[in-house]
This record gives sequence, C-alpha cells and structure tokens, in this order.
Amino acid sequence: MATTTTRSPAATGTTTAPRTPRRRDDSRLALLFILPALIGFLVFMVWPTLRGIYLSFTRFNLLTPPEFNGMDNYVRMVQDPVFWNSLKVTIWYVFLNILFQTILALIIAVMMQRLTKRTWLRGIVLTPYLVSNVVAAMIFLWVLDFQLGIGNKLLEVIGVERIAFFSSEAWVIPTIAGVNVWRHVGYTALLIFAGLQTIPETVYEAGRIDGAGEPRMFRSITVPLLRPILGLVLIITVVGSFQVFDTVAIATRGGPVDSSRVLQYYIYDVAFGRFQFGYASAMSVALLIVLMIITFLQYRLTRASTSDLN
Amino acid sequence: MMRRLKVGAAALTMALLTACGGSGAGGTDGVIEYWLWDSGQQPGYQKCADSFARQNPGLSVRISQYGWDTYWQKLTAGFIADAAPDVFTDHLARFAQFADLKVLRPLDELGPTKDIQDGDYQEGLAELWKGQDGHRYGSPKDWDTVALFYSVPALKEAGVDPAELRNLSWNPQDGGTFEKLVAHLTVDANGKRGDEPGFDSNHVKVHGMSAEGSGGSGWGQTQWSAFTGSAGWQATDKNPWGTHFNLDQPVFQDTLKWYFGLAQKGYMPTYAEIGGANSIGTDKQIQSGISAMGISGSWMISTFTKLTDENGKPLEIGIAPTPIGPTGKRASMFNGLADSITTLSKQPENAAKWVKFLSGAECQKIIGESGVVFPARPEATELAIQYNKKERNLDVTPFTDQVKEKTTFLFPVTSNAADIVALVNPRMDSVYIGSDPPSSLTRVNDQLNDLFKVVG
Repeated sequence: MATTTTRSPAATGTTTAPRTPRRRDDSRLALLFILPALIGFLVFMVWPTLRGIYLSFTRFNLLTPPEFNGMDNYVRMVQDPVFWNSLKVTIWYVFLNILFQTILALIIAVMMQRLTKRTWLRGIVLTPYLVSNVVAAMIFLWVLDFQLGIGNKLLEVIGVERIAFFSSEAWVIPTIAGVNVWRHVGYTALLIFAGLQTIPETVYEAGRIDGAGEPRMFRSITVPLLRPILGLVLIITVVGSFQVFDTVAIATRGGPVDSSRVLQYYIYDVAFGRFQFGYASAMSVALLIVLMIITFLQYRLTRASTSDLN
Repeated sequence: MMRRLKVGAAALTMALLTACGGSGAGGTDGVIEYWLWDSGQQPGYQKCADSFARQNPGLSVRISQYGWDTYWQKLTAGFIADAAPDVFTDHLARFAQFADLKVLRPLDELGPTKDIQDGDYQEGLAELWKGQDGHRYGSPKDWDTVALFYSVPALKEAGVDPAELRNLSWNPQDGGTFEKLVAHLTVDANGKRGDEPGFDSNHVKVHGMSAEGSGGSGWGQTQWSAFTGSAGWQATDKNPWGTHFNLDQPVFQDTLKWYFGLAQKGYMPTYAEIGGANSIGTDKQIQSGISAMGISGSWMISTFTKLTDENGKPLEIGIAPTPIGPTGKRASMFNGLADSITTLSKQPENAAKWVKFLSGAECQKIIGESGVVFPARPEATELAIQYNKKERNLDVTPFTDQVKEKTTFLFPVTSNAADIVALVNPRMDSVYIGSDPPSSLTRVNDQLNDLFKVVG
C-alpha cells in the first residue's frame, strides 16, 4: 500500500529523467510490448463483440448454423415485457448499489486519509474484495436465510420480525445491492483514496490556517478536487454494476417471480437455458448501447478528463 | 466490479476447457464415456459396468458423475465443444430440447438397440422416449412416482394413527380429510394446533405439509401434480408431444387455489419461508421439524431413510399414498429416466451395446437390489420392493401401487420445454406468493399455445 501521502508534486517533478536529445523510433518495440494484450483484446473483446452484433440479426441455437432473420430479434425485444422489466430491475439495482457504495466508499476513503495512517487498518477495508462474488453470495444466502440464518436470529433477538431477504419481492434487490456494496466498497474506497493522495497537502494546510474544520475542508477542498477521480470511479462502478450476474445466479436465479431478473441474468437464461443465442445477442447489443450512452453522459457531466488542480 | 462478467465468462470457459480435457467427444478405443448425476446410483451402475466389461472383451465403461446443475451445463458445453459423452442419463424434462437440437442418435437405427420393445418395461415408460419423428431416443432405465413421506414422531405427538393416512381424500372446496389431518399436524408458536381455536397462522412452528416451491419448472411433480391429477386434469391435449395447454381450465385453477391456500392458512410454508430459488426439500423440512409430512418422489427413499433427529439418532419415516381426489382415485406423476446416445459419439455401435446392457435384465437386477430407484423392468421393480422391506423395514408399496392400480399419469413431454419453464415458472411463483390469483395463469396458457403456433 502506498504511504506517500506527504510527498508534494514539486518533489516528484524534479525526479523525472532528463530527455535524450535524439528521439529514437520506439513504435516497433512498443508494439511488441503491447502485442500480448492486443491479441487478448482482439480475440476476447473485439471479435466476440462483432460476432455478437452479427448474431443479433440471426436465429441461432449454437448447434445448427445461424439463419439471418433481419430485425426480428429487435422487434421481439421491444415487445418483450420481461426484457423491459429486467431493464427496470437492473436500473433499480444500479441506483441502490452505486448510491450506497459511493457514499460509503467516500466516507471510508476520507477517514483512511485524514484519520488513520495505519496500513493494516487500510488493508482490512479491502478484505471483502478478496472474497469471490460466488462465495460472498453463498455466505449471505446462509446468513440471511429466513429459517436458519443468523441474520434473522439476530433480528429476532432485538425484537424485529424476520425478513425474507432473498425471497420477498420488495427486499431482494436491496439485499443483492447490499451484498455487492459490502464486497466492493473497499475496492472503491481504495480508488478514491488513491485520488485523495493527489490532492496536495498544502491546500489543506492553507485551509487549516484559515480556520476551516474537517467537514468544511471535505466540502470545499476534497470533493471539488476529487471530481475527476470520482468521475472515473463512477464510470467504472456503474458499468460494472450494470453487469451484475453472479450474485443473482447464485442467490435467487431471477426470483421471486421476476423481481431480481436483472438483464445479464435474463440474457444468460435466454442463451444458455433456452438456446436462443440470436435473441440473447440482440439484448446484449442493447445493453452495450445503454452502457455506451451512460458512460458518455457521465464523462461529460463529471468532466472527468479535466482537473481543477491547475 | 468489472470482474463480474469476467468471472462468469471464466467459469464458462473453465467448464468448456474441462469438458475438452478428455480426448474429444466420447471415448476412444472401446472406452465408453457414460455420465449420470445421481451419486447414489453410481455404485450400482459401476457394478453393471464391471459386468459389461467382463462380457465384452475390448470394451469398458468410464462413469462420470456431476451434480444436477453442473451435469446439464457440462452436457450443453459438451455438445457445443464436441466433448459430449457417448451415453448419458437423460431426463424427460430435457429430452425434448435435445431432440429438437438433434443431438440424440435414434436407438432403433443401431444394431444392439434395434429390438428394444415397449412391452419389456413398466407400461407407458418406453413410449415417452419416442420423438415426434417416431424414432426411439432413450432406453428406459428406471421410473418414479410420488407419495407422502411423514415423520413418525410427529404423528405420534399429534395422536394420529399412521393407518389413517392410507385412506385420505381431498377436494378443492374444504380440503376433505386430507386438509383436516394437515391442519391437525400444524402447530403454532404457542403450541396450538391448526384445528384448534386461537391458532396463529402467522407464527407457525410446525407445518402439517411441506412445500417444494411453486412447481413451475417441473409440472408440479412433487408439489401439486398429485392433486391436479386426482382432480382429472392433464397439462396438454395429448402426451407426449402435446401442442395445446390446459392451464386455463377451472379444475386446474381451483386446485391450485386450494393447494397454495394451504400456505396462506399457515398449514404449509410460504414462499418467503422456504427461501425461493434455493428452497430446502421435503426431506430437510421434515428433518428440521419445520414440516410434519410432505410429498416427495421415490428417488428420495434412500435419502429419507438416512435422516437423523437432533440427537443424531435415525429419524423414523413412514410412507403413505397420495390422497384420493374428486375423481375418486389417487394420482401420481409417472416419470422415468433413460439412457441416450449422443450424435457426437464416435463409436455408436459400442455405445448401443452398453445402452442395451443397462436396460437388460442383468443390470436392472443389480440396480433393483441396490434399492436406490425402481428399475424400469417389472421383475426388477419387485426386487426393489423386497430390498426396502428387508433392509430398511420400509413399505414402499404406496409408490408401486400407483403403477399397479394404473392411477399414474405421464410427465408432460413437449417441444420448447425450456421456453415453457421460462414462461410458467415466474407466474407460478407469483401465484404461490399470493400476489396473483390462479386465474392469471390463463394468460400464460395463451402464451404457451402461441409458442406452438409460431412453430407450426
């Protein structure tokens, strides 16, 4: 973990190596270094994306060759109430997940920076992230089980009625969002923490001299200067949040009824459960477009590419 | 967070890769790859495999066992990646889809299995495995029916004579003697029974009847099928390969209204209580004392006999037949497994020899004597009854009598099976939860009928 909180930008500026006068053409070497990643990118990202777009215009069951069927899949998608419901459920999930995760992560990150310098304490924050999604889902499934879960036993002890966390239509999405907040909040906090490191200590010093308290400095210094990083973190977490899958696949399989049938799970079910790869591809393309629009908007709204530090 | 999709993709790739681990599709050099999902059946079939290898020099069988969910995922991945086994255990709920996808080899076109006769097996079993094209795609290996499993201590505590359970009847109006018993076996948090005044249906400690979910993914086999069946209802216009559905019929909707009403009355666990997608089965509900009795299948007999109480002592279990319905008869779904050969197999004739052996008298006898399932051949079924009587002191005739007295109806085999489950299951959950009335199933029925109009 980084412990360079107090280093000023001036200090780092002087350590850059002097430039060689004659510029060599490094592009061949650069290409060689990029190659392994590029092959992966082409084989596992670009090619499947293009093929997915092509398949979205076909009827394809994976075992017989695809048949071109024009816009049929897209027409069906527009008319499919389950698709629209899954989109609604996904957005509700993303909203809850991102809202709580970002607020909590921001609080944790600021506390990590301003209140403690202990590495082990900072390390602990990240531990839930080391647990795999599947394991986290399994554990919470047991903890929050209606009959046998220790979570519900505790609720009973403090005199609250048991809650059917994973098996009631109202609770299931907040519960899944909560499980994933638990797992990802440390990681998000770490990203924000890294952003906090870039804010020069001198600004805080100036604030302190002017008599500002911690809450005031948080409002007037930390949040505005953190904006580019926060913008980036939001883009990463929102895109990731839209792709929620494993927690649903393990804990609820889309139920009760359709109340946790998020888009990714619906796509998976249509593709691998019902062998309708054409329609599943069409929905994946729709998700791709939604994500592109959201990312673009976020990028513009948070002005993530510019900084207020200069 | 970006990892989520990647983890899923990685898991899938792993499944594909591990499936590729062998030497392409099926076995080579006389090694026949055979898959099954029930670990309880593996020892019996291993005996069959050893015997097969002795009788057929140069041939041997390699058995792989995977849990239910993994099994079907691996099989699907295997079909795609050209790594499927030669022979696999097939289920009626999946068979139609595989037939649609044309990954099964017709058994009547292979030498050793050409002469399989319908009459060699329990009546009706073999016909289920014929495709719409008339070809035979599965060779029957076992069969199952459902019955009531009950906790003997729970009955004793309620002062109920187990003999009473042999003559229960139900109807969709007041539930009949069956509902009376269920109510009596239900106990609330204050110790009041379900048929006593002051019974608190919101705080129930023991439910008279267990619940295994809404039954939307398997035509209510261990949920409501015994009731809809004994009310005279059939899921489709004909079976197998029906194309018109009957979920809109009043007899069906009235039965469901009564059945799921048991949950509202506190006599049966609610959807929220048994935990939706990951619900615990009747066996666990009886063991943990959440329920006193419940419907389950004959494939669960050995699981039930191994249950223990909280002191670690064996829990005494009894079996009773499903109640008599408005038709004046009992009913049980009649379902069975079969062995199918994949089109990917490079040695179909050898595979067919193994399939023939599996459904033959010798192997069926071995399976019958292992007491895990009822073999498809009538004479081997008798061995399973004897085994349970002698080794487990358990009377399993409530399962076999349904077959003997011809009160069974067959599992509805249709095309588009996966789509049907995707449409029916969420709506059936909704009825179980109580957020929609059973009459809402009429709309689903229209959707099911539409599925077949598109194809036809």
